[in-house]
Amino acid sequence: MSSATTTRGSKPVSFISNIARVLSENVREYGMFIALFAIMIIFTITTEGTFMSSRNIVNLVNQAGYIAVLAVGMTLVIVIRQIDLSVGFLGGFLGAVAAIGMTQWNLPVYIVIPMVLVLGILAGMIIAFLVGQLGIPSFVASLAGWLIYRGAILVVTEATGTIIINDDTFNALGNGFIPEIPGLTFWPEIHKLTLLLGIIGIVMLIFNEIKNRKNKLAYNFDVLPMDVFILKLVFMSVLIGAVTWLLAGYQGLSWTAVVVLVVVAVYNFITTRTVLGRHIYAVGGNPEAAELSGIDVKKITYIVFGSMGMLSALSGMLFASRLRSATTTAGTLWELDAIAAAYVGGVSAAGGVGKVVGSIIGALVMMSLTNGMNLMGIGISYQYMVRGAVLAAAVIFDVATRNRGK
Amino acid sequence: MGETSFPKLVSPNPQESAHVEGTMAEPLLEMRNITKTFPGVKALSDVSFEVNKGEIHCLVGENGAGKSTLMKVLSGVYPHGEYTGKIFIEGVEQTFHSIRDSEKAGIAIIYQELALVPEMTVYENIFLTNEIRNGPLIDWNETVKRASEVMKRVGLDVNPAAKIKTLGVGKQQLVEIAKALSRDVKILILDEPTSALNEVDSENLLNLLRDLKANGVTCILISHKLVEVIGIADKVTVLRDGKTISTLNAHAGEVKENVIIKHMVGREIDNIYPKREHIVSDEIMFEVRNWNAYNPALGRKILKDINFHVKKGEIVGISGLMGSGRTELALSIFGNPDKYRVDGELYIKGKKQRFHHPNQAIGAGVAYVTEDRKGDGLILIQDVKQNITIANLRALSKRGVIDFNSEIQAAEQYKQSLNIKTPTIEQKVMNLSGGNQQKVSLGKWLFVKPDILILDEPTRGIDVGAKFEIYTIMNSLVQQGMSIIMISSELPEILGMSDRIYVVSSGSITGEMPVEEATQEKIMNLATN
Repeated sequence: MSSATTTRGSKPVSFISNIARVLSENVREYGMFIALFAIMIIFTITTEGTFMSSRNIVNLVNQAGYIAVLAVGMTLVIVIRQIDLSVGFLGGFLGAVAAIGMTQWNLPVYIVIPMVLVLGILAGMIIAFLVGQLGIPSFVASLAGWLIYRGAILVVTEATGTIIINDDTFNALGNGFIPEIPGLTFWPEIHKLTLLLGIIGIVMLIFNEIKNRKNKLAYNFDVLPMDVFILKLVFMSVLIGAVTWLLAGYQGLSWTAVVVLVVVAVYNFITTRTVLGRHIYAVGGNPEAAELSGIDVKKITYIVFGSMGMLSALSGMLFASRLRSATTTAGTLWELDAIAAAYVGGVSAAGGVGKVVGSIIGALVMMSLTNGMNLMGIGISYQYMVRGAVLAAAVIFDVATRNRGK
Repeated sequence: MGETSFPKLVSPNPQESAHVEGTMAEPLLEMRNITKTFPGVKALSDVSFEVNKGEIHCLVGENGAGKSTLMKVLSGVYPHGEYTGKIFIEGVEQTFHSIRDSEKAGIAIIYQELALVPEMTVYENIFLTNEIRNGPLIDWNETVKRASEVMKRVGLDVNPAAKIKTLGVGKQQLVEIAKALSRDVKILILDEPTSALNEVDSENLLNLLRDLKANGVTCILISHKLVEVIGIADKVTVLRDGKTISTLNAHAGEVKENVIIKHMVGREIDNIYPKREHIVSDEIMFEVRNWNAYNPALGRKILKDINFHVKKGEIVGISGLMGSGRTELALSIFGNPDKYRVDGELYIKGKKQRFHHPNQAIGAGVAYVTEDRKGDGLILIQDVKQNITIANLRALSKRGVIDFNSEIQAAEQYKQSLNIKTPTIEQKVMNLSGGNQQKVSLGKWLFVKPDILILDEPTRGIDVGAKFEIYTIMNSLVQQGMSIIMISSELPEILGMSDRIYVVSSGSITGEMPVEEATQEKIMNLATN
C-alpha cells in the first residue's frame, strides 16, 4: 500500500517524493487550495497581519457569502452546459421584495423568507421553460431576465428609494452570530459553541476520510500513500482549526457562514452521492447519451435552474440583510462574480465537469483578492484588473493541466 | 471532358514518362513504415503503401483495420511527429503539419461525413478556403464561371447558386469531388463514398471515377463493398489489425473476392460468427404493428407501415442501407427522443405500450445500444463505472442516495463478464479502445436487465477480436432467453448472427426471411428497391 511502511530506512526521501508525486498528479484538484493559501499569506504579509485578524476573516466570510451561494448554483448551471445571467438582478429584486414584504406588507420574517425562496424557484423555472421547453439559448433567455429584473428593482424602489429593513431577525442573517451555549461562563473571550462545532467538523472529516480510504483499499483502488494521507489530514485539520480559532476569538460563527456551510454541505451531498447529482453530471457530459439512458434532460434543466433561482433569492436576502436595506443597485455584476468564481473553481465550459466545493474556494479566492486589496488601499480600477488577471490565470492553468492529463 | 485541364500527363522526367501508361512507374505516393499509436492501441504498425500515377487504388480492411487512420496520417490530420515513418510524393519526402499542408501538396480527401456548409451555395462551397480573389475582394463572377466548369466535369447538373442543403447526398458528394478537382488535386481520396448512396448514384459515381482516371487523376478508394472494389480497382491493398497484409494487382488477375476476404479476415469467414444452437421459442416478446413516423424536422414521413416481431431467444437482423430508416425505427420504438410524430401499436410480451421517453421504454424492459457510441452512447469524460451504472442507478440507491459499494460491485461484474480491458473501473471511457468502449456500452444496457435488446451497428469500428467477443456475448444472451434486434449494414454480420431477417428500405420493410433462405444478393436487392 504505502512505501513508507515497507522501506522504513529511506522514509524521508520517499515521503518527499510521495508528496511531490501526489501534488503533481492532482495539481488541478489541489491547485486552487494552494492558490488560496498563497493569496492569504501574501495579504497577511502586505497588511502586516490585518488580513488574518479575527475581525477581518469574519468580515471576509460575510462579504463572500452572497456570491458563494450564487457560485454554488452557477456551478450546476454551467455543468449542464447552460449559463444564467439573470441571477444578480433577480437576487437584488427579490431582496427588495423581501424588504417590502416586511416593511410595507408587515409580513413576519418566517413567512417572508420561504415566500421569497419560492419566488426565486419560480423565476428559475421560467428560464428553464424558455431553455428546456422552447429551446432558446440560455444566454439569451437569461439576458432577457437580466433586463427585466433590472427594471423590476427600479420599479419597486422608485417611490421610496432605498428601503430600510428594521427586522432584527432578518438583519441577523447578514450581521449576526450564532449564540453561545447558555450557562457557560468560563473563558469569556472565546466563543465556545464555535470551537465545539469546529472540533466536531475536524473529527467528522478525519472519520470520513479514513472510512473512504478503507473502502477504496478494499477494492484495490489507488489511494494516497499513508504518509501523504496523514499529512493531508493534518493539513486540513489545522486549516479548519485555525479558521475556527480565529472565528471563536471574535464573535464566533456568523449566520452567513452557517448558511453558506449548509448550502455547500447539501449541494455537495447531492452532487456527489445522489442519483440526481449523477444525472446532472450525465446531462452535462453528454446530453444525448443522458436522454437515451432514460434521464429526463428537461426535468434536470428545470431542477438546476430552479435551484439557481432559489439560491439567487437566498443571495439577495443575505445581501439585503447585510446592508439592513434594499437598494436600487443591489445585484449589479453579481452574476459575473459568480461565474468567475465557478471558473476559478475549476468548472468546464464544455460541461459535465465542476465541483461545488471548488466553486466555493473560487468565490473565496476572488473575495480575498477584493478584501486584501481594499485593506492595502489599492484603487478599485486596479482591483478589477488584478481580478481579471487571476481569472484568466486560473482558467489557463485549468486548461493546461487538463491537456496534460490526456 | 476535361481536355484542356489535363495537358501535362506526360511528365518532363523521361524515365517516368516512358512508364506512364504502365504500372511500373515511380510511385506517385509512397508511405513507408508508418506506425501510429493511440493510448492503449496500436492503430498502425509498420504499414507501407504505394500508389502509382493514374490508378485507382482501393484500400480495404475490416472496421478498425486502420484504413481511416492511414488516410488521416496522409492528409495531415495526424501531423508529422505524431506517427513514425515517411511519406513521399513524387519521390519528395513530405512532412505535413496540418490538412492545409497536404492540400497544398495536392491531396484531397472526401470523408463519409461530407464537409460542406449546408447554408452556403454550391459555388461558395467549391471555392471555400480557395477563394478566387480580385484584389482583397472575392471575384464572384469568376467563381461562378469556374464552378460551372468544374461541375460539368463531374456531371453535376444543378444551379451553382443552389444551397447545399437542398441537394441529395449523391449530389453533395459530387460537389465535394468538384471542390477537390478545382484545386488541381494529385491524389483524390474517397472514404466509403457509396455507403450512403443508392445503387444508381453509386454506379454514376464509379463511372465518374473511371472518367477521372482516364484523365490522369489518381484515386484512393476506401470501401467495404467488395463487388465495387473488384469492378473498379487497378490495385487493392488489404489492411488488417493495423498491418499491410497484401497489395493485389488487378491486371495480374490477383483481385478476387475470396482472396480479399481471406486477407481481410485472416481466417475462413465462417469462423467469425461463433456457432449457437438456434432455439427460438414461440413466445412473441415484442411486436410493432402499422408503425408510422413523421419527422417534423425534415418535414417528411420516415417510417411507413412497419410490422415486425421478435420471439423469445431470437436474434432478428434488420438490414438496410444508411439512411433507410433503421436507426429512426429503433429510436421511434425506444421512447422517441427525437420527437417524431409516431402512430401505430407496440406490444411487449403481448401488452400494448406507449412510450413518451426512453425511461419508459427502459422500464418496460427494452434497451437500446446506439449506433454512435461516442456521440450519444457514452459519457466519455466519465469513468467506466459511472457509464455502466448510469441507466439503472435506481437499482443501486436507497431514497436517491447511491450505495457506492454496490455500484463498484456491479461495475466489476460487467468488467469481468464482458472482458473489458481497462486498468480499473475508474478509468475514463475516452481512454479505452473502440472495442472496449462498445463493451462498456453493452454493459450499461445489460445492467438494465432488459428482455429486449436493440443493438444498432453493434460492431462498427471495432477490431475482429472484439467483434468475435461481442458475437459470443450475444449468443449467450439469447440462450438465456433475451430477445435481440440487431441493426446492421454489414451483410455478413446479418447472415452470420440472425435467426430471421427483415430488410428495410426507404422507411418500409421490403422483405422478411429466415436466415436459411437469405443470401447477400437477395438482401441487397430488397435493400435497394
